[in-house]
Amino acid sequence: MTTQPLLQVRGLEKKFPIRGGLLQRPVGWVKAVDDLSFDLNRGEVLGLVGESGSGKTTAGRSILRLIEPTSGSIRFDGEEVTGLPPAKMRALRRRMQIVFQDPYASLDPRQRVRDVIGEALTIHNIGTKADRRDRIAALLQKVGLTADAMDRFPHEFSGGQRQRIGIARALAVEPDFIVADEPVSALDVSVQAQVVNLLDDLRRELGLAVLFIAHDLAVVRYISDRVAVMYLGRLMELAPSDSLYDRPRHPYTRALLSAAPEPDPDAPKQRMLLEGDVPSPMNPPSGCVFRTRCPYALPACAEPAASIPREVAPGHVVSCIRDDVIMA
Amino acid sequence: MIDGAMDADITLDIRNLETHFAADPGVSKAVDGVSFTVRRNETLAVVGESGSGKSVTSLSVMRLIPTPPGRIAGGEILFRGRDGRVRDLARLSEKEMRSVRGNEIGMIFQEPMTSLNPVYSVGDQIGEALRYHQGMDRKAARAEALALLKKVGIPAAERRLDEFPHQMSGGMRQRVMIAMALACRPTLLIADEPTTALDVTIQAQILDLMRRLQAETGTSILFITHNLGVVAEIAHRVVVMYSGRVVEEGDVRSLFKNPRHPYTRGLLACMPNLGQSRGEAARLEAIPGNVPSPMNRPKGCTFAPRCPWAEPACTTAEPALEPVSPDHSARCRRWRDLP
Repeated sequence: MTTQPLLQVRGLEKKFPIRGGLLQRPVGWVKAVDDLSFDLNRGEVLGLVGESGSGKTTAGRSILRLIEPTSGSIRFDGEEVTGLPPAKMRALRRRMQIVFQDPYASLDPRQRVRDVIGEALTIHNIGTKADRRDRIAALLQKVGLTADAMDRFPHEFSGGQRQRIGIARALAVEPDFIVADEPVSALDVSVQAQVVNLLDDLRRELGLAVLFIAHDLAVVRYISDRVAVMYLGRLMELAPSDSLYDRPRHPYTRALLSAAPEPDPDAPKQRMLLEGDVPSPMNPPSGCVFRTRCPYALPACAEPAASIPREVAPGHVVSCIRDDVIMA
Repeated sequence: MIDGAMDADITLDIRNLETHFAADPGVSKAVDGVSFTVRRNETLAVVGESGSGKSVTSLSVMRLIPTPPGRIAGGEILFRGRDGRVRDLARLSEKEMRSVRGNEIGMIFQEPMTSLNPVYSVGDQIGEALRYHQGMDRKAARAEALALLKKVGIPAAERRLDEFPHQMSGGMRQRVMIAMALACRPTLLIADEPTTALDVTIQAQILDLMRRLQAETGTSILFITHNLGVVAEIAHRVVVMYSGRVVEEGDVRSLFKNPRHPYTRGLLACMPNLGQSRGEAARLEAIPGNVPSPMNRPKGCTFAPRCPWAEPACTTAEPALEPVSPDHSARCRRWRDLP
């Protein structure tokens, strides 16, 4: 019996070069993810929310090393993932999978569904050829499709059905951990619920740990045990879902929640309207990156210490120095 | 001649609009007999999923349907201009339409980057409409463009006037689009998914701006969206479209509080609630199946194959849009039976 988290991320950083000039040399750097730390337990769903440019997608891909993190530590089941040689990484990938946002772009149009799903089985040498057919049929049934889908091509399916195929592909190798990167954002509302329910059922049934990346705050609350909020590459707040939604502490989380439109014309509209835009990630504000839009910012918020995440209640982490605001 | 038939406070009256696209083989009836009105000072939201025909309806009003393959095959689009005269947009020549579009009807689209011209400064682009439609000279147009940028809340407007779209953020570009759309004081503003590409904190700013400007100018707004949360925020009345038809229509409160079409109910029930804790939230009631293709719509009520309330009669004859209350109607033969 192990109590150690399945995934431990510490000080994750990903910098992208901005190239310019005749020789396309780096003329600057964008810190897409800066000093991100969190744990993910077995069978747990962690929601990762943030607006565009918050670094949530980069974080998900860096953890799987689909893009190489610049620094920091990622331990998966006790093993350090960064710096792992390719052969070992490939073996580990059997246990960590991803579901992408766009079900139109993430499936090869020239592969039959059988090959879309079967490729992973072949690569990881799972089962015999006859076995594989049964396995693929079983996977398709698990995600709510029929086995005859196997011989068809992706274009013959609707967006929701394609996303089911993407999920079946991720599940084919029986992973412990899935990064779901905006898995329902491209779908129609009536179909979103089908896919959210499916993901929720599967993770219960299979004990999957999921990093659920999304910008729809209501969907994230519905599916997540805990939620992390990112802004300009940094972690603003991390807490159990109910604490985060019912008692948000960080001013940014409060603004984000109050901006979410609710399908109820009688909903109280106590808007905390943020002024201005997200600053350029090439030149983020010093200290707390949110301070330029924060109604509570003080001169001290420009100091490096202002951006350090602190645990203000059990399991509730906030990166803000305004104790008088966040504890109110 | 048409005047008498239209209430004085109605800006747009769409009657039995049919917009078809030639397909191989056959015809795709993207908009199949749609009627609704937009009054002065009113925001009407048209809500629907992909394939519902909501965007084709708005493109038909602007006469921006690519022809061929598309064409307005029937119906009337009665529009009241600034001078109070009513014209049928479906029958105007392209030349006449050019004097309406961008002048008496303003437009905002989803993706401000693709609707702005990348090689002209935003000041020139806003000024263009004023010079073309109102005959202003360069100097007057520039002064008016500056006033508009200030009005839509762009900071440092003097400097921004000479900037190009790529130098601005998505939210700023959408503000520029709104400034352009309002430049000639239109009586109708058509906004097709204007906040869909924006982040939620920026969306809140833009909705706030649109509400404020409507209160100032009295412009009618036709707001196309798939997002029911946004509808609840901005709309006075709502039209729900499904599969090329209006399935329910009503004032925003009765539609959200007492939906009478199973599709509207389904849309509301399948969204998780932001205020509800995970422990107390019931399983999402997903609507089974998919939106039918316009090439292959089911007979009778097009929603019947996905409807938990469907009975055999639903699959034979198309139900009519029946009044539920004075400002609420639903296209469902079982609307009285819904709980």
